[in-house]
Amino acid sequence: MSTTLRLDGREIPFTPGQTIMDAALAVGVYIPHLCHNPDYAPHGSCRVCMVGVNGRLVSACTTAALDGMTVESNTETIAATRRSIVQLLFVEGNHVCPACERSGSCQLQAVAYYVGMLSPHFPQCFPQRPVDASHPDFMIDFNRCILCELCVRASRDHDHKRVFAVSGRGLASHLVIDSPSGLLGDSQFAASDRAAQVCPTGAILPKHRGYEQPIGQRLYDQAPISVVGDLRAQPGGD
Amino acid sequence: MGEPVNSQVQAFVARSLDLRGLAPEQLLQHLIAVQQQFGWVPPAAVHALAAALDVAHAQVRAAVAFYAFLHDQPRGDFDILFSDNITDRMLGNQRLVGLLAERLGLGLNETRADGRVTIGLTSCTGMCDQGPALLVNGQAVTALTAARVDRIADLVDEGVPLARWPGAFFRVADNIRRCGLLLSNPVTDGASLRRLLENGADTALTELERSGLRGRGGAGFTTALKWRFCREAEGGDRTVPRFVVCNADEGEPGTFKDRVLLTSYTDLVFEGMTLCAGVIGARLGFLYLRGEYRYLVPHLESVLARRRAEGLLGKGILGQPDFDFDIAIHLGAGAYICGEESALIESLEGKRGVTRKRPPFPVISGYQDRPTVVNNVETFLAAARVVQWGGYWLRGEGTDQSAGSKILSVSGDCARPGIYEYPFGTPVHRVLTDCGAGEVQAVQVSGAAGTTLAPAEFDRLLAFEDLPTAGSFMIFDRSRDLLELVRNFAAFFAHESCGFCTPCRVGTALLRNLVEKVAAGQASAHDLQELRDIGPLMRQASYCGLGHTAPNHVLNTLDKFPAIYQRHLRSADYSPSFDLDAALGCARALTGRDGVADHVEEEA
Repeated sequence: MSTTLRLDGREIPFTPGQTIMDAALAVGVYIPHLCHNPDYAPHGSCRVCMVGVNGRLVSACTTAALDGMTVESNTETIAATRRSIVQLLFVEGNHVCPACERSGSCQLQAVAYYVGMLSPHFPQCFPQRPVDASHPDFMIDFNRCILCELCVRASRDHDHKRVFAVSGRGLASHLVIDSPSGLLGDSQFAASDRAAQVCPTGAILPKHRGYEQPIGQRLYDQAPISVVGDLRAQPGGD
Repeated sequence: MGEPVNSQVQAFVARSLDLRGLAPEQLLQHLIAVQQQFGWVPPAAVHALAAALDVAHAQVRAAVAFYAFLHDQPRGDFDILFSDNITDRMLGNQRLVGLLAERLGLGLNETRADGRVTIGLTSCTGMCDQGPALLVNGQAVTALTAARVDRIADLVDEGVPLARWPGAFFRVADNIRRCGLLLSNPVTDGASLRRLLENGADTALTELERSGLRGRGGAGFTTALKWRFCREAEGGDRTVPRFVVCNADEGEPGTFKDRVLLTSYTDLVFEGMTLCAGVIGARLGFLYLRGEYRYLVPHLESVLARRRAEGLLGKGILGQPDFDFDIAIHLGAGAYICGEESALIESLEGKRGVTRKRPPFPVISGYQDRPTVVNNVETFLAAARVVQWGGYWLRGEGTDQSAGSKILSVSGDCARPGIYEYPFGTPVHRVLTDCGAGEVQAVQVSGAAGTTLAPAEFDRLLAFEDLPTAGSFMIFDRSRDLLELVRNFAAFFAHESCGFCTPCRVGTALLRNLVEKVAAGQASAHDLQELRDIGPLMRQASYCGLGHTAPNHVLNTLDKFPAIYQRHLRSADYSPSFDLDAALGCARALTGRDGVADHVEEEA
């Protein structure tokens, strides 16, 4: 017997144990998301993948699919909610798209386009976050960190290193690096780590190469994220 | 306390490791001990603990940065934190903070140059019926007056150790004003445990079911069901460890009834936990005690020791060879979120108190991913009585969906603040009459996360079917500007958001900033609409209850008391949050020019 759920009126099969996100991704239906990456355990922190179930909003990435479940995703109300959440992420950090090496191949930017964000709307927080350029191969610009914890999870669960952790609380929450000095260069981090590849924004960037692919010709310059999906799904990354 | 030499720190950590063990779960308890000893957590302690417990440096530092009572910079020899709940403010704590700061010659959140003293603010310390209150090196001081603050300044300047401060400063009163089903009798001699052994766990669960007992922490989950789920988890496999956790992280502003229960009904609380252990098959339990109540630890430990001696705790309880259960006290360190059961479990495991993904619920996967019952202090107490006296005893009071009684913490503008126990279904006005409140403008039920009531609603009933409450009951008379309540709560939630999810992490900060904009007379109607928009976003999209409830006070007061906002509005339309003149301050400082011509004139 097959199990199905109804997503925006469309019947979608799933296997028990899958989340709403799993089921949608499997049939190529895009639900915008930032902290989710199918290679790692669902996290549920960014709240961009909110969908409507029984009149309530739940995160698609952490909610188990149930047989006969009715899920709303593509509605104007939900789009407005997602847009506000992405705006919150933008004003929390210092995201300067025109000057960012990731522009055009940044999931945050691509999701912002997808949800129809035309301005940050809320007052900017303008946090003061120094850049860590201590590592020979990679740099971290904390200004662009959205606390999705994908690097935390990748380093812990795939690289088995625990290079990253989140410290502090509330708006003062921030990414920290596990080394005596707190600097990336003194940590176990290596360019070959999976954690170097999972950042959905421009926070973790390789050094010594920039703008190899001109802006305008990059992944999300060509097609929206709803069509081409996450960076990880692309051969050779960006 | 100055810089300790590394060898001192290492020696202290080594002693703490001997005492508390090498389990990573003990990390937070070690850190609290280090903080108490040195007044901060020096880097040498971070290194020593990371190495000994085999946890990452980053994890240790992350824990220090998460908990408000842990510090990575030295605090003064006397670390003074004024409780800053709205009830403390109503009792004049801000004047007293100013007085002490002036007497000691330092500002708020500063450590004096000689390292003698630090003054700061902290979230509600649970002394609302005898405030204003403060914590000095973690010890609670109550009933502050200008004279008491003056004396404290002398004691600090003279460097008198806390042990030689006047005992009256540390006196905490129970202030029990009205006793009902639970408070009438504090005595127990293990009767519920004997019942359990005579009749078995199934009968105990049946009595609990019959009683209709629901959790007293606010959410109101059926206690019998929770215990049964935990008992039957893992296919009922008795070899799987199970845990009992008593949530004594009474952090909801305005709540203090658990403090009284832990002080004067201690045996009943521990007995309820032991009963639960007998029902679900747990051998270890934890009392998670908020750091603000650390002064209770010696008392709690002495009761635990006595119960062990009496055969009511420990190995072979009441002579039953397979009934082993003991209770350990774990301290919190200043984090409201740890009152949420899954964050509490993370904290018990020594980590930052960040909410877990649910399901699985703790009854299936809790402490160390094992089946765990987490209940409020009051729930354990009630459960012990239900099993002792039977389910119908509790059913004798209350309403259909809310059996029994509720213990309230009453504070704010009234003649007799303190502890009141009422049958569920009691109207709000009855409480107001009993505690001597007059000219009441508003009541905040169930704390900062609860509901703001206007007089037209004072006939509403305290019960799960109408006004669910964890027990906080704060009263505001007509002399109060309710915008002060909103400012206080908005700042509280911005300080206490754990930061895990976007809507709560950023939303609480935006709400606080907007409310401050209103208070500063800089806001417009547009800003009120922003408050109305951000609030529901947080309610609907946040990850846990903190974010869901954090905007309640803003949305409630916008609806019921719009005038408190309107009278502060600068324009009916729009005013920018950007202050051009203030933004030029940096340039003025750099150029050293600060004349009239170097300021932007404000537009009329």
